[in-house]
Amino acid sequence: MNGLNDLILQTTTKVTAFLILSFSLYLFIAGHNATGGGFVGGLMTSAALVLLFVSYGYERASEVLPVDFKLFIPAGLLIAVLTGVGSFVFDQPFLSHTYGYIDLPFFGEYEWATALLFDLGVYLTVVGVTMTIILSIAEDDEKN
Amino acid sequence: MHLLHVAIVLPLMYALFAGLFARWKRTIHTGWFILPLPALLFIYFISILPGVSQAPLFASLHWIPSLNINFDVYADGLALLFSLLITGIGSLVILYSIFYLHTSEKLGHFYTYLLIFMSAMLGIVLSDNLFVLYTFWELTSISSFLLIGFWNHRDKARYGAQKSLLITVAGGLSMLGAFFMLSHVTGTSSIRTLLLQTETILEHPLFPVMLILILFGAFAKSAQFPFHIWLPDAMEAPTPVSAYLHSATMVKAGLYLVARFSMAFTPSDLFFILVTGVGLLTLCWGSYLALKQTDLKAILAYSTISQLGMIMAMLGFGSSTAILGAVFHIFNHATFKGSLFMVAGIIDHETGTRDIRRLRGLLTFMPITATLTLIATFSMAGVPMPILNGFLSKEMFFTAATELAKEGSLQAAVAPYVPIFAVFGSIFTFAYSMFLFFRPFTGSKDEADFPNKPHEAPAGMLISPSILVALVIVIGLFPNLIAGVLLAPATESILGGKAVTDIYFWHGFFNLPFLLSCLVATAGILVYFFRKRLDGMYRILPGKASGNRLFDGLVYSLEAGSSRVNGRIMTGSLTDYFQIILVFFVGVVGYTIVEKMPLDFMSSQLASVEWYEWLILLVIGLSAIVTLFIHHRIALILVIGVTGYGVALLFVMFRAPDLALTQLVIETVTVALFLLCFAHMPRLEKPGKKAPIRKILQIVLSVGVGVIVAVTGISSFRFGDQFEKISAYFLETSYTLGGGKNVVNTILVDMRGLDTMLEIAVLGLAAIGIYVMIKVRDREELK
Repeated sequence: MNGLNDLILQTTTKVTAFLILSFSLYLFIAGHNATGGGFVGGLMTSAALVLLFVSYGYERASEVLPVDFKLFIPAGLLIAVLTGVGSFVFDQPFLSHTYGYIDLPFFGEYEWATALLFDLGVYLTVVGVTMTIILSIAEDDEKN
Repeated sequence: MHLLHVAIVLPLMYALFAGLFARWKRTIHTGWFILPLPALLFIYFISILPGVSQAPLFASLHWIPSLNINFDVYADGLALLFSLLITGIGSLVILYSIFYLHTSEKLGHFYTYLLIFMSAMLGIVLSDNLFVLYTFWELTSISSFLLIGFWNHRDKARYGAQKSLLITVAGGLSMLGAFFMLSHVTGTSSIRTLLLQTETILEHPLFPVMLILILFGAFAKSAQFPFHIWLPDAMEAPTPVSAYLHSATMVKAGLYLVARFSMAFTPSDLFFILVTGVGLLTLCWGSYLALKQTDLKAILAYSTISQLGMIMAMLGFGSSTAILGAVFHIFNHATFKGSLFMVAGIIDHETGTRDIRRLRGLLTFMPITATLTLIATFSMAGVPMPILNGFLSKEMFFTAATELAKEGSLQAAVAPYVPIFAVFGSIFTFAYSMFLFFRPFTGSKDEADFPNKPHEAPAGMLISPSILVALVIVIGLFPNLIAGVLLAPATESILGGKAVTDIYFWHGFFNLPFLLSCLVATAGILVYFFRKRLDGMYRILPGKASGNRLFDGLVYSLEAGSSRVNGRIMTGSLTDYFQIILVFFVGVVGYTIVEKMPLDFMSSQLASVEWYEWLILLVIGLSAIVTLFIHHRIALILVIGVTGYGVALLFVMFRAPDLALTQLVIETVTVALFLLCFAHMPRLEKPGKKAPIRKILQIVLSVGVGVIVAVTGISSFRFGDQFEKISAYFLETSYTLGGGKNVVNTILVDMRGLDTMLEIAVLGLAAIGIYVMIKVRDREELK
């Protein structure tokens, strides 16, 4: 799949992949107050990862990223469910969220929300799902 | 819990141990363990008989009180007559079966089924609750099914068992339907109580339906025309079973039912017509066909059918003479038919064949059997000899048939024809009875011609038929022995009032019934001698039109028809299924729109459409239409992608940034995935020339779906402002409650977080599914 002379592609990828990654993180974190959220953030992250895989080839990319994306799925689902269960501790119904503000030394006032934790579950699941689907098809594709 | 409850359930409980006793069948025949039970029950029923004829017993046991279903038992004269028959003949049959069945048979099974059957029969005749009666009714069908198919390695036994089950269960189910109606109309499920509401029942518009359904059940069980066809095939059962179930007890369950309900139904003309008509028809048809049979048990089966028809006809007459005759004949038939079956079993057992064409001159080999047969057959024929109980009850039948004219208007109209049928049926009864005795026992034949060397049966086998035949004579000589104590209470409980129940031992010469009997005897002898001449008639009348053929054809065409329908609909083609689904969708939704919803498009609150919106719509529409004409997969996917991006643009226009973002990314991913998968597939072939009609049909269908969806969408728009929208609440509280300014995201993770949680679960499952599918395929290839 990857030729030897994909120099331009690989070089641009080095820059863009991280741009996309940081954009996706922004989408994820900003989701509560602006456009974005765990779903789009997760899709965007996997877009960056896919770009890495495309330009460096499956083997090299998986050497660099020795991550089993399948595990993201149960991890994400677990986080989402635990967020829901967590509200039982405070004697609240399932999946009750709360929020508040804290003052950070450098960033100023920051709003935190337990919903973000739930969104993290969504984020991880989406990354896991897209990567599992694409990689298992690609892996299969390479074999044939 | 009354002793009667115990009596009903005891055989069922005892059946649990029958298998246990069968372990020692090599040393002691299992039947010896079973025999005491029915004998005990018989003694019990005898002991309560005098009390019951004064005041019937009633006992109740809660079962399902909320549904008015209680295990209520009610013992009156009629119930006790049947109980005595069931336990009495049951004891004799078990005694007989001890000598009839070899110990190599599956005796445990046999006695288990038989005991279940005995319980079920006692339950039918003694229960006072409609639904309990029905429960036991079906239990008899099932245990009879098991008994008919006892030798289940034989094809014919399995066929007979299946046939009897199909017919009797069909009858039973229709009876259940009638029971529901009856208990609904009368407001009670107690038979005793509802029988007193004759007027309510008779005047209800549902009455004819109820009557026909109940009678269907009774006729199917009692082998009445045209449902008689299962009985001859049930003769594949072991002979004790035929003697017990198919002559004395189960086939009389239908008679019991008609008798039980006749107190309420008798005033109805429909009841008279149906019961009398079917009874007489069965009487004639059964006796006519019996003469044609060549198998001993088949003759007896048709004879049973015809005798049951005679009793049914008497129940239909409804006069007190007729009812007494019916009750008397129920008893008499059980005695002589039971003994005849046992004799047939003996002949089969000792000569190795039941084919009447091969049996000759058995008189010299088996004199005792011959004597028993002589008395039983003559009693069945109603030979004018007053030592035979069959003659007495047949006289009563003629009396009842000739006296019919005195009753109501409708009965007066048909009365002249009834004796004709009665005499016709009796002539053939006489003829086949003669045939049954003279053919196997007289004449001369070498003993070498039989499969086994014929000899007299062992004494044990002869006990039961001897007792029954002794009863024939004793009752024939002294009918009033049982008339007062047994028949009178039974008659009274059918009629629901006092009845004159003196049976005349001898009427004297020169009365109409006696003359009819003489006529029957003379004509019967003539028919017997000229029976060869009848062959031509049999070729015409049943000819090819037999009930069996009809039944087989019905079953076959049902199976063939359903498999044809299935084959037609279940083509295995997804296109066909999808078309069926769409046809129903268009039909149902279209019908609802046309019928229920006036098409009223509201145009007042529509927003204005900008030019760029038109443009996007144009692009989406064009790409959708273009997909129809593309036959290259990759191009197809790309064009569909255009539609998707167009939708994303629309989301932008309608100010849904989250949706637009997600739609863009998802569209890209799906297009990429499609490309990945479809790159490996063969080129999309140009679809072969479809039949133009099919193609037009598909076009019409897809246009129809589109139109329906569009119309539904547009016309439901006017309901939009009927309810308060929840979105206002979300807009207000998103920040204060959820702490988020992005309302969509707040809804997704906070307000409706559960949805999102399950959606990501769906995504996870999809990914795992794809992963597993690919891996499993690899593993299978390795194999």
